[in-house]
Formats: sequence, structure tokens, C-alpha cells
Amino acid sequence: MKFFTDLWANFYKCFLQYDMWKMYLQGLRNTVIIAVGACLFGLIIGIIVTCIRVAPKNNIIMKFLDGVCKVYVTVIRGTPVVLQLFICYFVLLTGIRNVNFFGIKDTAGILVAIVTFGINSGAYMTEILRGGINAVDAGQMEAGRSLGLSWISTFLRIVLPQALKSAIPTMFNEFITLVKETSVAGYVGIVDLTKIQSYVTVQTMELFMPLLIIAAIYLILVLGLQQIQKRIERRLTRGDR
Amino acid sequence: MIGNPIISVKDLSKKFGDLEVLKSVSLSVRKGDVIAVIGPSGCGKSTFLRCLNLLETPTAGEILFEDKYVFKNESVYLKERLTVLKKELKAAKKGNDENEISLAQANYDEVKTQYAALAGEEKEIKKQLQKSLNLHRQKIGMVFQQFNLFPHLTVLQNITLAPVKLKKMSEEEATAKAIELLKKIGLEDKANAYPSTLSGGQKQRIAIVRALAMNPDVMLFDEPTSALDPEMVGEVLKVMTELAKEGMTMIVVTHEMGFAKEVANRVIFMSDGVIKEENEPEEFFSNPKDERLKEFLSKVLS
Repeated sequence: MKFFTDLWANFYKCFLQYDMWKMYLQGLRNTVIIAVGACLFGLIIGIIVTCIRVAPKNNIIMKFLDGVCKVYVTVIRGTPVVLQLFICYFVLLTGIRNVNFFGIKDTAGILVAIVTFGINSGAYMTEILRGGINAVDAGQMEAGRSLGLSWISTFLRIVLPQALKSAIPTMFNEFITLVKETSVAGYVGIVDLTKIQSYVTVQTMELFMPLLIIAAIYLILVLGLQQIQKRIERRLTRGDR
Repeated sequence: MIGNPIISVKDLSKKFGDLEVLKSVSLSVRKGDVIAVIGPSGCGKSTFLRCLNLLETPTAGEILFEDKYVFKNESVYLKERLTVLKKELKAAKKGNDENEISLAQANYDEVKTQYAALAGEEKEIKKQLQKSLNLHRQKIGMVFQQFNLFPHLTVLQNITLAPVKLKKMSEEEATAKAIELLKKIGLEDKANAYPSTLSGGQKQRIAIVRALAMNPDVMLFDEPTSALDPEMVGEVLKVMTELAKEGMTMIVVTHEMGFAKEVANRVIFMSDGVIKEENEPEEFFSNPKDERLKEFLSKVLS
């Protein structure tokens, strides 16, 4: 019994006392902004790069772009994300240090994080989407082309919808990874959810409880994502019976 | 009923790497022709069909569709000849015989000018085609062995997608036309079903309707009944027979000898990438001349 009362007292001290939860909330807000921004940015990069990778390479421009995309994927997947964050931080931040959008503190840092994680996620997203597209039967493209549809219309109307459907589980896997990966943003002084732990510890001299609380918040975020995934999958399986 | 040539194929060749799948195939298809193409597996029947709407790019030869070149490549042969002549020229130059050198040079120059002229013409055709390729394909309907219906779209959307997207018809017109065609094959109640709920025979009939919705001039069938359960073959063949009666120009790669005999007006036997025999069905089946065809028929008809 004492264990539980101690636990509660500890929790109270680290979360409720002196409106401590507002600090978590601030960290959570930054984490969510970074994660959502990076997800969208990564998805856009992923779709564009995938289009270039799978398009027919019948001229020199397409071949060149394809080469660039290949290098991009290889380099990004071949280096640690923390390192990419450092590099981006020093390269990009010098340009936008004093930017301050929407009155959010360290806008610049958040922007850097969104760009970095977006670029990083884009590389993985490319491979996920390419896998999904390769899994679509080649006959689908042929059927579309034989009706007289152009490559791009066939791709967008027929191949991509099917590819996205089969890629949804892996895509959400990537989103989930991304949400948790943003926890390294603290390395460059961005106040994200994980970073809050150090602030709370300084004020309360408690180490373990804030870690637990933060872990629980991440878990809730991921559970939310899983629910979204379930909804989308249910919607997309209309044609499968 | 049989009209002017609609497709003329001359010396069509197709290589996959070193494998020569089609060797100099020539064929003239007239309006209203129903041509059955039979032959052993892997003899190039499907490749030939796919070359006609350029799903495969031939290696050499020419294809005329409605009196317009859609493919022409004769210059590959000249190019080969050119490399040979170039070698001869080099060899002659080593020999120091003036006469031989000038003769080789003249030969080489002549072929070179021929090549340049032909290559220029072909380049122009290729350029034209890049613009009109999709238009060319709109006029040629194709039905596949594996149906290739779009699984994420309903039957109706499958049929109307291309005509609407390509602005051949408005949404309403396309829907009306689709319903009319579906009624013809007795599947109008399936308009809003997804393909995965249909049987193989139903899928293939809808694939035929999908191709017909574009109002094509020619229909190509690539083994349309080979992936079907035996009891469903009949319903698909019935649709094809009706289509033939309406005067549609059709080229059908098939193993259904009954269809070839009853419905086609010409039957072609392909083997090893060449057309071994072509005749009217009666004569073709009762009096085959080619040895390979006799062997083939004895196997499939017994």
C-alpha cells in the first residue's frame, strides 16, 4: 500500500505540483509539431522521389533525376539521423536563427527539426512506396495503357491507389518510428517532450518519475496513430471481398 | 463485310536480348476480319499481339495502322550492313590496293547515305508516334488472359474511367453506354460491385466491355479464356462470337479450336516466331500442309 501512496506522491510532485504538467504540454506541443510537419514533408518528398524512381527513363533528364534520387536515398539511409540533425542545424540555422513564427519559442530550431526529420523520413518513405508500387501487378499498368491512358494518368489513377493501400501498414510503421525519433531533437537544444525530463528533474530532483510519464505520453501518441491506421485500412479494404 | 486493310504488318521482328521471339512476321488485317492465332506456347503469339498496340516495342519491321505508320524500323539491317562494310573498308585500306579501296569506299558511302535517309524518316515517324501513341491505343481494344480489371474500382468505374478521363464522352454518356453494354452481357446488376466479388467469366466479360467502351476499331484478345474454369469458357466465347457477328475486327490468340473453326474467317498458325500457315478455317483444319501444324493439330484435337 505504501508503494502506491509513494508512487502517487511522486507523480503529484512531478506532474501536478506547481502546474508542472504545463511543461510537459509545451514539450508535447513541440514534439507533435515536429512529428506532423516531418511526416507530411517526408510523405511529399517520398511521393515525388518515388514517381521519379518508377517513371520510364526514356530521356537523359529522367535518368539524371533518377541518379540524384538514388544518391539521396543511399546517403540518408546510410547516415545516423542525429548526425543529419547536427549538420542541418549548423547549415540551416545560421540562415534562419532569428525567425520567429506564430510567437512560438525556438521556431528556428523546430523548423530545422521538421526539415531534417522530413528529409530523413522521405528516404524511407520512398523505399516503402516503391515496394508498394512494385507489388502491384504489371498487368494493371498494361491494362491502363492499352485503353489509351497516359503513363501518368494510369500511375495516379490505377497503380498508386493500389500501391498506397498495400503500403499503409509499413507507412504507419515509419510514422510511428518518426514520432519517437524526434526525441533526439533535444541534442540540438530543441525543447521537445524528451527534453522536458531534464527541466522537471532540475526542479524536483526526481529522475525516474518524469521518464515514466514521458514514456506514457509517447505510448498514447503511438496508440492514437494505430487507431488512425486501423480506420484507414478498414476504409481501403472495400474492394477486397 | 470484309473491307480495306486496317493493319498491315511487314517483316516484324522482336528480340528479347539474344532471344528472337518474332522473326519477320507479315500480316494484313482487313476491316471485319476475325483472325484466330493458334500455336504452341512460347511461339510468339502474345508478343505479336502486344506489338500491335506497342505494349512491346518491336526490334525491326513496320506496322501500318489505318494507312499511317505507327512503327517503322528497317534501318537496323542497314546499320548491320554498314558495320560489315566499315570493316571491309578498313581491311582494304591495309592492303594498299587502290581499286579495292575505292570500291569499298563507294560501297560504304552508298549504304551510309541510304541509312541516313531511312533513319531520318524513321525518326520522324517515332516522333509523331510519341504524340499519337495514346490515340493509337484508344483505337485498339485489348483483352488480357488475366483480365486485369482494376480491383479498387467498381465495375462501372472500371468501364467509364478511360472514356471520361480521355474526354471521349461525358460522365453521363459513358455511364449510359456502360449500362447498355452491361445489359448486353447480362451483368447490369453488377455495375456497382467490385471485381473481387465476380467469377472469372464475369470478370473477363467485363474486361471485354471495358475495352469496347472506348469504341475501338480493332479488338485484340490475348488468350481470353485460358485462365478460366472450363464451365465459364462458354459465356466469354459467346460474347466474342456476338462481337464478331456485329462486324468487329478481331485478332484472337486462342487455344479454343472450336472458336477458331466456327467464328474466325482466317486462322493463323505460329511456331518459332514465324507464321507457318494461314488459311480459311475449313481448309486449315481439314487439310493442313505444314508438318509442325499437323503435329500440333493431332495433339490438340485428339
